[in-house]
Order: sequence, then C-alpha cells, then structure tokens
Amino acid sequence: MPQTATANILTILETDFSGVVEEWLGTQVKEGVKRSDLFSDSESRAQNQELLKAFTKGIRAGVVNEEFSLDDDEWEDLRAVLADVSKERVGRGVTPTEMATFVLALKAPLFKRLEAMTDVESGKLISDVLMVTRLVDAFAIYTNEIFIGERDQIIERQRQEMLELSTPVVELWDRVLTLPLIGTLDSARAQEVMENLLQTILERQAEVVIMDITGVGTVDTQVAQHLLRAAAAVRLMGAECIISGISPMIAQTMVQLGIDVGTVSTRSSIRTALADALQKVGYVIKTSEVS
Amino acid sequence: MTSINLVENALLVSIQDDVTDTEIVELQDTLSNRIAKENVKGVILDISSLEIVDTFVGRVIAQLAGISKLLAAETYVVGMRPAVAVTLVELGMYLPETRTALSLTHALTQLRRA
Repeated sequence: MPQTATANILTILETDFSGVVEEWLGTQVKEGVKRSDLFSDSESRAQNQELLKAFTKGIRAGVVNEEFSLDDDEWEDLRAVLADVSKERVGRGVTPTEMATFVLALKAPLFKRLEAMTDVESGKLISDVLMVTRLVDAFAIYTNEIFIGERDQIIERQRQEMLELSTPVVELWDRVLTLPLIGTLDSARAQEVMENLLQTILERQAEVVIMDITGVGTVDTQVAQHLLRAAAAVRLMGAECIISGISPMIAQTMVQLGIDVGTVSTRSSIRTALADALQKVGYVIKTSEVS
Repeated sequence: MTSINLVENALLVSIQDDVTDTEIVELQDTLSNRIAKENVKGVILDISSLEIVDTFVGRVIAQLAGISKLLAAETYVVGMRPAVAVTLVELGMYLPETRTALSLTHALTQLRRA
C-alpha cells in the first residue's frame, strides 16, 4: 500500500481516471454548476478530462515531500489548459461562483475513493483528505485568478474599443474633416480626440475641421477648455476649425460662464458649417435647376 | 543645419531638429537682414523636422514671426507635427499672432493669392 497521501491520490487518478471524471461531472450537475445551456455534454466532458489529465501530471511531478506550488514549471500544463477553459467560459458568461464550484466539485469523487482505499481506523484518512483539499483549493484559487484576469482584459478591450468608437474622424469631402462628438468630453477622451484628429489632418492634408458637438449633453468650462485647446492645436498645424452644433441652450450657458471662443468660428448646425467649410476649400453648394 | 532659401519671392527657413539655442539667435539676425535686403513678400518657417519643442523654441518661433511681420513680410509657420501642436497648446503657447499652413505648398498658394 502506498505510503504518502500524494501517492494515494495518484493511484486513484491513474487507476480510475474515467470514473473520477464521470463523478466529477455528476457532482457538478448535483451542485447546479453544470451549464448545459452554455456547453454541450461532450464538450464539458472533454474539458474535464483534459483538466484532470493536466492535474494528474502536475501532482506526479510537482508535489515533492507533500509540498507544491502551482507556479512551478511542473504545473505548466494545468495552467495552460485552465487558461483556455477559463477564457472559453468567461466568453460564454459563466459566473465566478460557478467557475470555482466547478473545480471544487472534484473533491467529492476523490474523497470517496480515498475513503474506500484507506483503512479508516489508522487515522491516515485525514491527512490524505487534507492533501486533496490543499491541491484542489489551490487549483480553484488559481482558476479564479485566471477568470478575473480574463475579465479585466475583456473590460480593458471594451474600454479601448469604446474610446475609439466614440472619436471617429470622418472625411466629409476633400480636405474637409468632421469630428462628431457624442456624450461627455473628459480629459482622457479629449486627449484621444485631439491626437486622433491631428494625425488625420496630417494624413489627409485637411484644411478645415468641423467639430460637431450636437451630441454633447452639457458644455461646462472644462469641456469648452478642451474644445478650444483642440481648435488651437488644429490651427497651429495650419488647418482651420469650425465648432458646430452649438444649441441655443449651450450658447447661453457658454456666455454665462464667460467662455470666450476667440477666433474660432462657431455655427449652430453642421449643415451651415459644412457649407462654410466647402466654401473655404473652394467649393460651392448649388441647387441644380431642373428643366 | 538651418538653411534659408529663396522660393518664389519668399524666404524658406527650414529649422532642423538639432538646432542649438545660439544658432536660433543667429538665425534671427540673419533672417531679419535678408528680409530687409532682398525685399521679399513672405517668410515661411518650415518646422516639420522639429520633433521636440519647449517654451524657448516656441518663443523663438513667435519672435521670428513677429520680426518678419514688422519687416512687412507675411509669415507662415508650416508643417507642425501633431505632437508639437499638442505640446505647444499644453504649454499655453497658442501663437495667436502667427499664421500657420499645413505645408509649403499651402503657404505658397496663400502667398500668391495675397
């Protein structure tokens, strides 16, 4: 009979691998964390098998004198499989609790088998159980870490995408750009907007830029400051800036706040701004006479 | 090295990125003399190779433009890079008295029109 708890666990995993997988799946069903709405049966079975294989490999090589650390090289396989599975699960909308319980469900089949193979009287069972618990807990904690990391990445990516989406620079005509601003204009966005805009001016050699603020809810001194700074930078590059979409309400607020737009042209609608911009670059809008 | 060339009745001044403070002061001198002597219609300051500006360079640009203007030459600053524009604005140097153009071509077109 094997001596150490690790050896006992290994024996179980090596001799009764598929039994453990099946019971692990069974426990997941029992604890209500098997999302059959998100994963097909065969898919979750394959995932479980792969995880357990990597887990076994880790125990075989990575536990020395009943000590282990999931950061060691021996556990690389498990970390890799786990990263894949977690990514997959985060993407499909599994909750953190479900993810942790999913791993912890592995305890039940292991405990049951340990109990069956150990002589309860000897009191060795407790130390075996403790070892399994430590292993599976470390596994679960690591899972959670991956899970949260993956979520953070998704959030960061979405934030980036939103930032990019919210600051499109559109070429309306030869040498005429427009920048429809929507929502709130905080410092981070203003910075992004400005860099984006100046780069596009350089690329397209644009002479006029229409900054449309129809979609900006409120204009306070800070927002106005950002707009005027952008306009100043545009002018330094050698292009001209028209701020359009100033509603009567915003015009009143700006005057009450004492905001001076200086030499920057302002228009009430993007329509008049466009006509103005086209004229500046040498085009005229004319209605065709239908005979 | 910073060079001054005559292009279509205008002086084209290309400021290089490695320009030193002494060179820039000398440039003011040379430029003002040449404007007076050659009786040019305009001055174009090409700063497209400038990657880094500080308040000193910003002030010098404004001064060069101011000098040329006093000597009755229309002055354009051309080719400012986006990063430079952002920096100048952040430093609070809006250069309100200075005319700007996207490129040499744009500045020449505007000079011809005038």
